[in-house]
Amino acid sequence: MVVKKDKTELGDRLVHELQEFREVIIAKYPKKVAKKRAKSIVVNNPDNPPEIQANVRTIPGIITQRGCTYAGCKGVVLGPTRDIVNITHGPIGCGFYSWLTRRNQTLPIDENDSNFITYCFSTDMQDSNIVFGGEEKLKQAIREAYELFRPHTIAIFSTCPVGLIGDDVHRVAKHMMEEIGGGINIFGFSCEGYRGVSQSAGHHIANNGLFKNLIGRDDSVNGSLEYRVNLLGEYNIGGDAFELERIFEKCGINLIATFSGNSTIKKFENAHTADLNMVMCHRSINYVAEMMETAFGIPWIKVQPIGARSTIKMLRRVAQYFGSKKLIDRVEKIITEEMIEVDKACKDARKFTVGKLAMLFVGGSRAHHYQDLFEELGMVTIAAGYEFGHRDDYEGRRVIPNIKIDADSRNIEEIVVTKDSTRYKPRKTEKELNELKVNGLELGEYDGMMKQMGKGTLVIDDLSHYEMDKLIEKYHPDVFCAGIKEKFCVQKMGIPLKQLHNYDSGGPYAGFKGAINFYQDIAMLVNTSIWKELKAPWEGDAFIEATFVC
Amino acid sequence: MRKIAIYGKGGIGKSTTTQNTVAGLAEIGRKIMVVGCDPKADSTRLLLHGLAQRTVLDTLRDEGEDLDLDDVMKVGFKNTSCVESGGPEPGVGCAGRGIITSINLLEQLGAYDDDKQLDYVFYDVLGDVVCGGFAMPIRDGKAEEVYIVCSGEMMAMYAANNICKSIHKFGKVGAVRLGGLICNSRKVDNESKMIEEFAKKLGTQMVHFVPRDNVVQHAEINRRTVIDYMPDHAQADEYRTLASKIDNNTMFVVPTPLSIQELEDLLVSFDIMN
Repeated sequence: MVVKKDKTELGDRLVHELQEFREVIIAKYPKKVAKKRAKSIVVNNPDNPPEIQANVRTIPGIITQRGCTYAGCKGVVLGPTRDIVNITHGPIGCGFYSWLTRRNQTLPIDENDSNFITYCFSTDMQDSNIVFGGEEKLKQAIREAYELFRPHTIAIFSTCPVGLIGDDVHRVAKHMMEEIGGGINIFGFSCEGYRGVSQSAGHHIANNGLFKNLIGRDDSVNGSLEYRVNLLGEYNIGGDAFELERIFEKCGINLIATFSGNSTIKKFENAHTADLNMVMCHRSINYVAEMMETAFGIPWIKVQPIGARSTIKMLRRVAQYFGSKKLIDRVEKIITEEMIEVDKACKDARKFTVGKLAMLFVGGSRAHHYQDLFEELGMVTIAAGYEFGHRDDYEGRRVIPNIKIDADSRNIEEIVVTKDSTRYKPRKTEKELNELKVNGLELGEYDGMMKQMGKGTLVIDDLSHYEMDKLIEKYHPDVFCAGIKEKFCVQKMGIPLKQLHNYDSGGPYAGFKGAINFYQDIAMLVNTSIWKELKAPWEGDAFIEATFVC
Repeated sequence: MRKIAIYGKGGIGKSTTTQNTVAGLAEIGRKIMVVGCDPKADSTRLLLHGLAQRTVLDTLRDEGEDLDLDDVMKVGFKNTSCVESGGPEPGVGCAGRGIITSINLLEQLGAYDDDKQLDYVFYDVLGDVVCGGFAMPIRDGKAEEVYIVCSGEMMAMYAANNICKSIHKFGKVGAVRLGGLICNSRKVDNESKMIEEFAKKLGTQMVHFVPRDNVVQHAEINRRTVIDYMPDHAQADEYRTLASKIDNNTMFVVPTPLSIQELEDLLVSFDIMN
């Protein structure tokens, strides 16, 4: 690969400036706010990541990027699966605004394959449902959904008012399962929007539900017995899953289930027949990986197939895990094949990108993953942070034992998972695990974002609007990566914004072909002058002169 | 138009006292509307001679938004207008939200308009002020006078004190004031004196001491107020007196609720702890 490892060391001046910047920002806040925000804005040291405050309540009025617990559960984790009817129990807005906004794609295998993700199911609660309770309306919604679509699985998602008036969605689910019969699976999620400090709580609740209601329901072993893996935390935004599926298939790696890009319920129910879990978005799905390891003995590794080099790393780690010469050789052959085009595209793009500045404030893993792509482009990430990450996503899983459990985290159900009495099967012996470790394959580990970021860069959790404004004003990054809430404010400031929640209209960006797409899109974005041409009316030269008439 | 809310501990006799007082006011020619704010919908039973009423929320649910005042308002004893807000069955939905919805609807339908020429609106509210919905009648622009029904029993006084806390809170920013305590006797020792003292400490008055009499029970069984059932009985006069005291009341205060310690000391000093 022609790309040399050029994680540009930040110049002393820039490091000093970033430190100063932090002080200036904090000084502007009222005392209490400043005290709290200071803990979430840290200057990075990759050799010994400093403690950052994360996953705590947002300060009201600060204009957060965060979403709600319902959004995390319904929109992110369960949303991309095509053959489940997801009913939002609540007012219509919750259902409407979580409807396909992440551009999750899915590809039914034939005409008989169900695809409900283009529909939006909601109970459309009205005032009288609040007063008299909404359970009857929910039952009716389930009946109607069943009559119209005959799904084998239905999930119910609770919104804020449902929790306030105490509708019991779990009892309704049980009742309707008996009423409809025929083996239909119906379950509910208590994922009321206010339940956690961000969408992260919703991911946890969704993970619990996946494990309790779906994973392990079907023991049949489908497909090849070799190299059986699951991909966790991949949501097929802009077609990412299609590219990764292509690569796995080419390598002969047998993908049992993806949680949950381009997925079906049948695959979830079957996922425990895999021999390795690959965790892509650590924040949203590490719980399922842990539970499957405890119950079924399936180890997991962290992967980040965003960026060509990272994709190579993923493939090599999977091959190393299975330890088969056949797989190792095949993976290497495919890497060589794929990289011809990637190298060419990267070389072309780098003419426009080397040395440019990027900032990423998005997600709970994305702000980390996309730094790989920027590195390949020779761009420098000078500031980054998550919306809803926890300390382990920043500092690495080693800090988990030291994370303070607060009342907000206790509010989320913890399910106790034990070894499955008949189906628990260690995939590797102790000796094999040790060998893998000695050879550099850490199972169940994640080092976090800070290890990878340059010394002296800024890491900011739950970025406020004021902080965003000031970052842009001072550093004029060449590209700012965030979401729709930030997009137009940033662009009005003359800086291109790439949405990494939904890729705007682009993608896929995962895998090899995805990397090529990203190189091209970013090269174009950082060289367009269109945003710099934007001027507010008062910024132009034109002015109107007038005098008062006496 | 005077807008009055009646609060007090559950089972203390709010609905009975309210309707008997309303009957007394109606007798002297006042035009009154009673709004029951209890999901049980039994606040107008004595005035209407039975539970003949469709509640606002039931009607709203069955007929949709398009309804007239006549659909929810019935005429009771001596031309009183009777409305029941209604609400969900116990354990379901949100009764508090129900009261908010129904009072808003009554306003939209013009139940309080000048052409109704009302002298009084009475809100009969269930139990404690447990959530925002049950405080709706004392929010700005709704009831401006509150009377608390209590007795010399400890828990009734606790409840009365808690209600005073709500009035204290809303009264600081709004027009709501406490008109006084109505003692509905449970034949506790020193009851009248103790409630008078309690009222004084709260900065208000005991409007009237209503003695206990079985005729109230008999009238209730016959779905009538005492004034309606036995107009010549002494108990009927008690209610007439209460009605006239309310009609002539001029003492409206923001109460000063007691601390738990003060309340307990009061009870001890009246020897109830023995």
